[in-house]
Amino acid sequence: MSLPSSPITDSVPPRGGVGLKAEHYRTIIETRPDIGFFEVHAENYMGAGGPPHRYLSAIRERYPLSLHGVGLSIGADRPLDRDHLLRLKQLIERYAPGLFSEHLAWSSHDSGFLNDLLPVPYTSGTLARVVEHIDQVQSFLRRQILLENPSTYLAFTESTYSEIDFIAEVARRTECGLLLDVNNVYVASTNQQWDPVAYIDAYPLALVQEIHLAGYTREADDKGRPLLIDTHNRPVDEIVWDLFAHAVRRIGPVPTLIEWDADVPAWPTLKHEAERAEAIMLVTQSEPKRHAAAC
Amino acid sequence: MPQLAERQRDFAAAVLDAALPMPAGLVGPDGEPSLKRFAVYRNNVVAGLTEALKDAFPAVRRIVGAEFFQAMARAYVVIEPPRSPILLDYGAGFPDFIREFEPAAVLPYLADVARIERAWTESYHAPEASPIDPGALAAIAPEQLPMVRLQLHPSTRLVRSQFPALTIWQMNVGDGVPAPVDFADGGEDALVVRPLADVEVRSISGSSLEFIQALAGGASVLAAMKVALAADCRFELTADLTDLMQVGALVGYDLEQGNGAREPARPA
Repeated sequence: MSLPSSPITDSVPPRGGVGLKAEHYRTIIETRPDIGFFEVHAENYMGAGGPPHRYLSAIRERYPLSLHGVGLSIGADRPLDRDHLLRLKQLIERYAPGLFSEHLAWSSHDSGFLNDLLPVPYTSGTLARVVEHIDQVQSFLRRQILLENPSTYLAFTESTYSEIDFIAEVARRTECGLLLDVNNVYVASTNQQWDPVAYIDAYPLALVQEIHLAGYTREADDKGRPLLIDTHNRPVDEIVWDLFAHAVRRIGPVPTLIEWDADVPAWPTLKHEAERAEAIMLVTQSEPKRHAAAC
Repeated sequence: MPQLAERQRDFAAAVLDAALPMPAGLVGPDGEPSLKRFAVYRNNVVAGLTEALKDAFPAVRRIVGAEFFQAMARAYVVIEPPRSPILLDYGAGFPDFIREFEPAAVLPYLADVARIERAWTESYHAPEASPIDPGALAAIAPEQLPMVRLQLHPSTRLVRSQFPALTIWQMNVGDGVPAPVDFADGGEDALVVRPLADVEVRSISGSSLEFIQALAGGASVLAAMKVALAADCRFELTADLTDLMQVGALVGYDLEQGNGAREPARPA
């Protein structure tokens, strides 16, 4: 099996990709590494001009691009920021990303932008608000968005849905796609004492169009229980690689991103992580394919 | 059961103010409240915002040291969190905050170094524009030159300081090496501009600063020159125009006709 590669098209191939960091702009432009795609945080390219746009334009000419928003605050109980939506639309028109994703989280409040992906209670009230927001985003941008599952550190006593039922219901009502962050699955499952394999098995996998992988930091809570933090500052953990292989067996190869946003390593280290994701996709026979072969 | 809006209001308030109690109903897997779990969000919010300031004010951080900077940034982010999700734009108020920050009062130049760094960031992300050809002004008839209105590059910023803030900034960014600075040498004014891909930071005279500031406000060359000469009679128009042109700070000009009509000039 060979993985498709068509760098000029708008679609993001089912290969390994990496989050684009300013530290690597020059290396990428000068060495043109063979990498499936790049992903950028939309908000980092919302300046009017300057070098970030120059580099991204040059890189976009050669590679597929995925756009990942971190500031839309879809889970907030307040109207979406129209200016922010407009900026997203302009970025999408300019760079024609193959995928656009956002988070099941909130970050803006009257006090300002809190710059973190804060958790939502899984209630029918939150569900209605999130569905309304995703409908607005998709109709304004005129495209499907992918919603990412969160990494959470605590639970809300008022929640009446499981996380998976909540996400599945949002996707059913809005027809959005899903981004499965396998590191978030492991972080949240450890913190909430869920079974991460069961989480993946119960997830609406048919809707998953992209996977995220990242490193976490291990701490402990007040009672000495493991408390994993989604820090994106180190290699993907072995247990997360195993979960990834499990997900790939279920759904086959999908665009898979290595997120490494703090203590960013030298380019070869980052590229190696993407190559490992790609190698796992190459050797892992997916169930749909096994079934097809049996017919 | 709290409504979502109320829940988020209380959550946001307690995240920013560690003196507030953790909101009720936030629990670990045993259903019991867990302060340490809530503290992850408190820490993420403050650490994420202080990190953004750290990236935007590297010289300030180098001057005061990591620990002092962290404390100062922490104090700022909780009283002035960003208004927008575009963190590139965060920190506009940080120089003024530093000026009023009591523990930094022993470094009176620090706020001006911060203003240079802020100007650098604004310039870096400013809209694109093409500098005019160096020969363009030569094509204007000398008698018309005083009436010309010059358009500055949108990345142009000016920083005035009664301290040698520019020298101090240069010593504390990149490969800069800190060395003793004599405050008796007086203040320094700086021009910051990004004509193409790179931000240029230049020392300029006080009269040049007045001149460029007047041009930025829409004054004609003649009117701006009068302002500059009022500041310092040694102001030299030709030298200043040449400098502005060479650094790439000029992107266009209008000729003002005697009858008051303005005719957009064609680039030479």
